[in-house]
Amino acid sequence: MFDQSSRRRKSLKAVNSLSRSAVTILCVVVVNFVLMQMLPGDAAEVLAAESGSGSASTVIQLRQHFGLDRSVLEQFFAYLSNLAQLSLGVSPRFNLPVTELILSRLGNTLLLLLSAMGIALSSGVIAGVVMAANVGRWPDRLLSLLALLLYSVPAFWLGLMAIVFFAVKLEWLPTGGIVTVSQNNQGWDAALDICWHLVLPCLTLASFYVAIFARLTRSAMLEISQQDFVRTARAKGAGPLRVLLVHMLRNALVPVSTVAGMHFGALMGGALVIEVVFSWPGMGQLAMDSVMARDYSVVLGILLLASVLVIIANGLVDALHAWLDPRIAQD
Amino acid sequence: MQTTRSISSESSTWQTGRLILTNPTGLLGSTLLLLMAGAALLASYLYPGDPQSMVAGPLEWPGNDPAEWLGTDVLGRSLGAGLCHGARISLAVGIAAALLSVGIGTLVGALGGFYGGRLDTALGRVTEVFQTMPTFLFVIVMVAIGKPSISTIVISIGLASWPVIARLVRAEFRRLKEADFVASARLQGYSDLRIIAQEILPNALAPVIVTASVLVASAILTESALAFLGMGDPNQVSWGSMIGEGREFLASEWYLCALPGGAIVLTVLGLNLLGDALNDALNPRLRDRP
Repeated sequence: MFDQSSRRRKSLKAVNSLSRSAVTILCVVVVNFVLMQMLPGDAAEVLAAESGSGSASTVIQLRQHFGLDRSVLEQFFAYLSNLAQLSLGVSPRFNLPVTELILSRLGNTLLLLLSAMGIALSSGVIAGVVMAANVGRWPDRLLSLLALLLYSVPAFWLGLMAIVFFAVKLEWLPTGGIVTVSQNNQGWDAALDICWHLVLPCLTLASFYVAIFARLTRSAMLEISQQDFVRTARAKGAGPLRVLLVHMLRNALVPVSTVAGMHFGALMGGALVIEVVFSWPGMGQLAMDSVMARDYSVVLGILLLASVLVIIANGLVDALHAWLDPRIAQD
Repeated sequence: MQTTRSISSESSTWQTGRLILTNPTGLLGSTLLLLMAGAALLASYLYPGDPQSMVAGPLEWPGNDPAEWLGTDVLGRSLGAGLCHGARISLAVGIAAALLSVGIGTLVGALGGFYGGRLDTALGRVTEVFQTMPTFLFVIVMVAIGKPSISTIVISIGLASWPVIARLVRAEFRRLKEADFVASARLQGYSDLRIIAQEILPNALAPVIVTASVLVASAILTESALAFLGMGDPNQVSWGSMIGEGREFLASEWYLCALPGGAIVLTVLGLNLLGDALNDALNPRLRDRP
């Protein structure tokens, strides 16, 4: 009986949060459409200019063809129905469907993002635990200083300096790109080659977030260390390491994962610059190429997809919270 | 009652200032920021004329030429002049964008937190939408749509980064509107506007000030990344644009990127140190901790 009602409450909560996400996505779509309407010149003018036959009558014909002469509301519903079919239009510059263009770069960006997030979370949490366990002593002071420094360095500049040091002077790592073009590797060699190219961009992108997660884990651990259940765990004879890792860290991971979800969008913005610095062929580089070519449909498509990714990341964080702290799922 | 409050708030400002300057973190942060502000203010005195004009031979390493001791770039432009004039752009963009964010965020957060109900739900939705769109991508789209100028950049960064403040102010207002002093202000028949602006807001300001210093830092980082990508104001020298132009000669003339990057690091570090010190000084719960 109790179990059934709690299950119903859970599924109601899931439906609630799904509908919230749907509304948020719809709002992002509206913002996207408004931004598109604010663009200087419409697609007809761009296309006419590209084809070189920019007479007034061709522009009018093109407008009719693309439905740009219809009312804003009609255009909005046309945009929505296109979106429902996962179509974001055609890029005049590449002459390819925008969705296809973006999806072809998505894998590379996700590889960079997820590996950077993984490194930032793991090393940040470890550093934070070490700092909290040694609070006020030299490991805490040293790591705090390091975190503050990493927190203040622009990632793209750190990337450039890493290229100078590790790629140019020491020649340990490649300066950029995702594969060694001259080698034409297959199978494991190709995978290893990609990993080799991933090292510098991934560490550079992670640097800022290592600092964030380290500072946050430290303060969360310190706050938790004063709570009753920690004293209880010590009193019943749990060893210091067990109290630190099992009792305290599990609870500290709730705020840490919340912040990780909140920063996922910022991480994507950071990836854009890092992709340009390291010539990493991902969505960020595509976005910058499109901005420079004034090919806005691609940029807006990337903004939309990135927002969807942020919502997915936050959904995953919610699921993680329910697992870390079952009380959260009950609320 | 009015006078006692203004006196006590003045003395607490002094106390906060003293707490910051006696704290090594706050002292170092303030020193770094004063240095940068000095460079920005003295830019036209130290390096009169256009920082984009040629003053010496190209690609002089720092220390080679005593007149241009910070070196020159590929067009013979002075790096020292670029750094000083760039300090103006970075600080101006950082402060203006942060002020805009604080303004929008305070308005949205105060209204939502004070009135609650449907208005709060609606404003919360808007906040969530702006938080969902990746800030930097949103800024890039807005700068690409407008023309790349300092004012477009300030407005774009300000419009993209207010949700942090809105959430903070909303939480403070929800907490404080139940407080006794607000109830007594209501009994005295004060208007909503007066309660919001004169009673609750001054008490909600401490965390906003701390976050604002972090917002200035992140606006400076955003502006430098934009300029690095070639989307800055083409008529102004900025630290980011200097790094972007120096990137072509990265392998041999790396000082072209290293120096402006170092200036960004020192400025942002100064702001973050100051933010930490402000947090210690304004957050009484943590003040007495070892």
